[in-house]
Amino acid sequence: MSVEAPAPAADMAEAPAPAGAIAVLRRALHTSPGLLRGVRTTVMLALFGAAGRVVVPVLVQQVLDEGILGSEGVQVSFVAWATGISALLVLAVMFASRFTYLRVVTIAEETLADLRVRAFAHIHRFSVADLDETRRGVLTARVTSDVETVARFAQWGAIAWVVNPIVIVVLVIVLVVYSWQMAVVVVVALLPLLPILRFLQKRQLRAYDRVRTRVSQTLTALSEIVMGAGAVRAYGIEKRSKERMATAIDAQFVAERRALFFVTSSFTTSDLAGSVVTAIVVAIGVVFGPGWGLDAGSLVATLFLVTLIVGPVTELNEILDQTQSAVAGWRKVLDVIDTPVEVVEPVDGVPLPPGPITLRTEHLCFAYRTGPLVLDDVNLELPPGAHVAVVGETGSGKSTLVRLLTRLADPTEGRILVAGVDLRRVDPLSRQARIRLVPQDSFLFDTTVGRNVALGRIGADEADVAAAFADLDLGWWVDQLPQGLDTPVGERGDQLSVGERQLVALARAQLADPGLLILDEATSAVDSVTERALASALERVSAGRTTVSVAHRLSTAEGADLVLVFDGGRLVEQGAHAELVTAGGRYAELYGSWLGGTREPPVPPG
Amino acid sequence: MSSAPPAPAENSGLPGTAGAVFVAGLRIVWRYVRNQPMRFTLAMIGATGYAAGAVGTAWVLGAVTDQLVIPAFDRGVSTQAAAVGAAAIVGVGLVRAGSILLRRYNGGLTGLRTRVDLRKQVTDTLLAAPMEYHRSRPTGELLAHADADVQASTEVLDPLAFSVGVLVLVAFSLVALFVVDPWIALVALVLFPSLAVLNRAYTNRVATLVARVQVCLAEVAGVAHESFDGALAVKTLGIADAETERMRVAANNLRDARVAVGRVRAVFEPAIDTLPGLGIIVVALVGAVRIGAGTMDPGGLVAAAALFGLLAFPVRIVGFFLQELPRSVVATGRIDRVLAVPPGPQPGVGVTVPDGPVSLRFDHVGFSWPDGSTVLDDVSFSVAPGEVVALVGATGSGKTTLCELVVRLMDPTSGVIEVADIDVTTLDPASLRRTVALVFQESFLFADPLRTNVDLSGELSGEQLAEVAGIAHAQEFVLATPQGWDTPVGERGVSLSGGQRQRLALARALARQPRVLILDDATSAIDPVVEAGVLANLRRSMSATTLVIAHGLATIRLADRVVFLADGRVAADGRHTDLLNVPAYAELVRAYERGTDGEEAP
Repeated sequence: MSVEAPAPAADMAEAPAPAGAIAVLRRALHTSPGLLRGVRTTVMLALFGAAGRVVVPVLVQQVLDEGILGSEGVQVSFVAWATGISALLVLAVMFASRFTYLRVVTIAEETLADLRVRAFAHIHRFSVADLDETRRGVLTARVTSDVETVARFAQWGAIAWVVNPIVIVVLVIVLVVYSWQMAVVVVVALLPLLPILRFLQKRQLRAYDRVRTRVSQTLTALSEIVMGAGAVRAYGIEKRSKERMATAIDAQFVAERRALFFVTSSFTTSDLAGSVVTAIVVAIGVVFGPGWGLDAGSLVATLFLVTLIVGPVTELNEILDQTQSAVAGWRKVLDVIDTPVEVVEPVDGVPLPPGPITLRTEHLCFAYRTGPLVLDDVNLELPPGAHVAVVGETGSGKSTLVRLLTRLADPTEGRILVAGVDLRRVDPLSRQARIRLVPQDSFLFDTTVGRNVALGRIGADEADVAAAFADLDLGWWVDQLPQGLDTPVGERGDQLSVGERQLVALARAQLADPGLLILDEATSAVDSVTERALASALERVSAGRTTVSVAHRLSTAEGADLVLVFDGGRLVEQGAHAELVTAGGRYAELYGSWLGGTREPPVPPG
Repeated sequence: MSSAPPAPAENSGLPGTAGAVFVAGLRIVWRYVRNQPMRFTLAMIGATGYAAGAVGTAWVLGAVTDQLVIPAFDRGVSTQAAAVGAAAIVGVGLVRAGSILLRRYNGGLTGLRTRVDLRKQVTDTLLAAPMEYHRSRPTGELLAHADADVQASTEVLDPLAFSVGVLVLVAFSLVALFVVDPWIALVALVLFPSLAVLNRAYTNRVATLVARVQVCLAEVAGVAHESFDGALAVKTLGIADAETERMRVAANNLRDARVAVGRVRAVFEPAIDTLPGLGIIVVALVGAVRIGAGTMDPGGLVAAAALFGLLAFPVRIVGFFLQELPRSVVATGRIDRVLAVPPGPQPGVGVTVPDGPVSLRFDHVGFSWPDGSTVLDDVSFSVAPGEVVALVGATGSGKTTLCELVVRLMDPTSGVIEVADIDVTTLDPASLRRTVALVFQESFLFADPLRTNVDLSGELSGEQLAEVAGIAHAQEFVLATPQGWDTPVGERGVSLSGGQRQRLALARALARQPRVLILDDATSAIDPVVEAGVLANLRRSMSATTLVIAHGLATIRLADRVVFLADGRVAADGRHTDLLNVPAYAELVRAYERGTDGEEAP
């Protein structure tokens, strides 16, 4: 079990002790003081609602003792008064419950919506290192499923916690009023139920954890059949897939059957407990009751009260675990909100000047957290308008340099000067507009081509977008799209090819009119038409701008004013392409393998 | 089961009237339970036993009041009498608990087993279905058939046994109440229908609101997913505030939707809780009058009150059942449409490919999709044994389809494809698969260890594995993973780059020692330097007849000959240098070259 324990099991394992729950509640109140709004009224309403639950049993007792079995025989007028008052009380309680419920739900939902938005906004302030692929899923869970565990709790559990303890206390008080001895009997008879229910509940939760694991295995087998349909057929492994699917389905069934067994057991146990306690109360009541000052009506009322107590006790047991997950979920969300931000924006930032930007780095060093140096003492000096290619193998520090130049992270040592200003002191809005990164595979939002480009500059309209495309000589490309600028790009832009996404990203950059452009070239091949469009658009977008290109293509390095060669986090060579090739160093080596792998004798123009 | 998207809107695919839906729903329920006779019968016995036990409980409580409790305070009772009374209560409680166990467990199993059967039927059909069927539908929809649809079509079975039990219970209760007193029974006759009406109104009103909550929830998750997925873009574009605003709108919509549900719940939940209590109050009044008139015992009053209390919750179960019926009708309809899909290409009649090098021949091959769009038109060329032919053509020229026809993912709509001069549609499937290996551009990796992903049949020795992995340049990165060849792929294992996936897929094909190797742009995502090495290895070590879709000079150079496809037809066929005289080909190749070379387009 522990080997394949899925994420939910891990959540359960972290479920805090009661002291932890209180600590989380305290933090929650600190973060969301609105939780306490009108809490007194809510508790008063809940108290009234809880008290109302005893109206009916007390009525039955009164009617039996005073109205029917009393010394003067049946008293219809007394019964009429008693039932009339009870009916009014019950209706009043109905309204009170309505408002209790509404108040709890409203406050909880308002708090959660606010919590969600704050966590979301805070996560966007994290550095990119904290937003890598593996962490992304976790962070998405913080603002979705973790908040949802709290929301589910708010729907049912929170109300039960407010109402049920009050109900139990009120019921016990009424029992004590009838006869304290009888109250003791009821409480003692109910006590063994608690550990039994706890035990069944724990088993049930573990069974459900296993169900979740099995369900995800079924989905894996299913994805092989659907997503791998081509591979399964091409390799003739239909039989294997069929068997795997059947195994997964059967295993899921076994897990579900086990969970079903425990659910059924808990339910049956509670029901049986009601009968057993009722029997004990009857037996002891009729034998000792007369001696304890009970009468027939109050004994019958006690029987009804027993049934009423079993319900809330069972429910509290059921929501105990829901509560633990909610506390754990809430704590995780609060942890996110309390995580300090690494890249802090300046208060009175310096705006960057218009035109191409000079770039200079001094003793630039960077390491991720406790990791080794990935950039080591890098010193650069780029004049405005220079076109620079950065080359090096995977892990040489190229991508880190890109991150630091766009302030996705701050250097651990040294500094970056843009137009003579330390990057950390530059006004964020100015930085985002004047320094623009075009990543390898540009992310597009699930909207239209036009809106995606418009994101390039705050307040850009459709005409600006069209102009940006025209500047890059891409007007024809937009025109051949099915709906022009209004063509939807699909999720992550998957309706467009890699090359086309790149075109959109370049238009986005053009719209911003940056003074420093950082291009991370794509590695994958694109079709010929797009390739040609890309090349000319790149040329146009970089014209008159300081441009740093992370080069995966020889042609980029060959065409650059300056080539920077990185190796093991250090800037090992710099110079023009031809110089470096003749120098016979690291670059010449890279160039050799590049050339050997791909270059053909030039094709004669045809 | 959250990975599959929710089933489409429920109002589609439903028979016209509510009555027709009800009848169709009951027919579906019958169809499902008929296959689980044992479990269903036991559940029904439990349901009936539960009804009897519940009425029995009320009756025993009434009898205990009359014969034990009232006498006890009148004149005292013996300990034996008390024990008998207690035993009666426990006894009837055991009957009730036992039948709850029987009903819930077997009722639950009826649903679980039905789901197992349906899932297997659906997945078997999907496995056998033709590739055209898979291609013509979104992945999410296909996943949903085996997942969400199966769930939705059978969820009606869960409240089924309890619902039947409740109907029996109501009938028994009315009889019992008539025995106690007709006037009290009349109170019940008013109360039960109003509970049912209240319930119906509640579920009707809350259903659309809950659906709205689901939509809002999906919206919140969608914004979070997209926004964090594009975190880099959000940061570099400086649009974090706009994104937060987008989340705020989504979160507030969700809040409002939930509060709207809460508003309806706040009205109905207390009302439904209160109604039985009101019933008991009326019963107390009526009872007192009737007892005063001497036509009823106090015990009858207690029994009636107990019965009203017992009925409060179960009546709601019938509501759940009625609510699930239409969903079941729609989802079952969708499943039935999947199950009606005929299996894909008929396997060959058992001809096997003879040993030795084999040729590959396309003879007037044409292919059109079921919607009539033509992909390939009269394609004829052959590849000699051991020859390497590059297939070149613009996007959409039909290259991929041509490759897939060889391994019979689909069959040509006209013409014949021959391997070793044998029509592939007559070949024994196992023999075809042993002979021909196709490597896709987007390779699917199984959620298995790396080793199993390469060695699908589990027959390779360590050396053989190392050899094919070496050719495909996969050995090095595999050994760098935490558990080497035993490292699982996917969520719990390593995540591989596109180039690494392609290298594994190539090794997978080589592992079968194919005599015909078909590479569908299978090295496009590999780093150019590594790709050059892979291609050189292939050229050196392979003797297979090879058809390779080329998107670059590096792969074209691998080939002895080039077939140039344009618009689904062979536009030219010959050596690369000769084909450069074909303007369309020369232009395409120049574009490829510019990608890796410095030449400017004219």
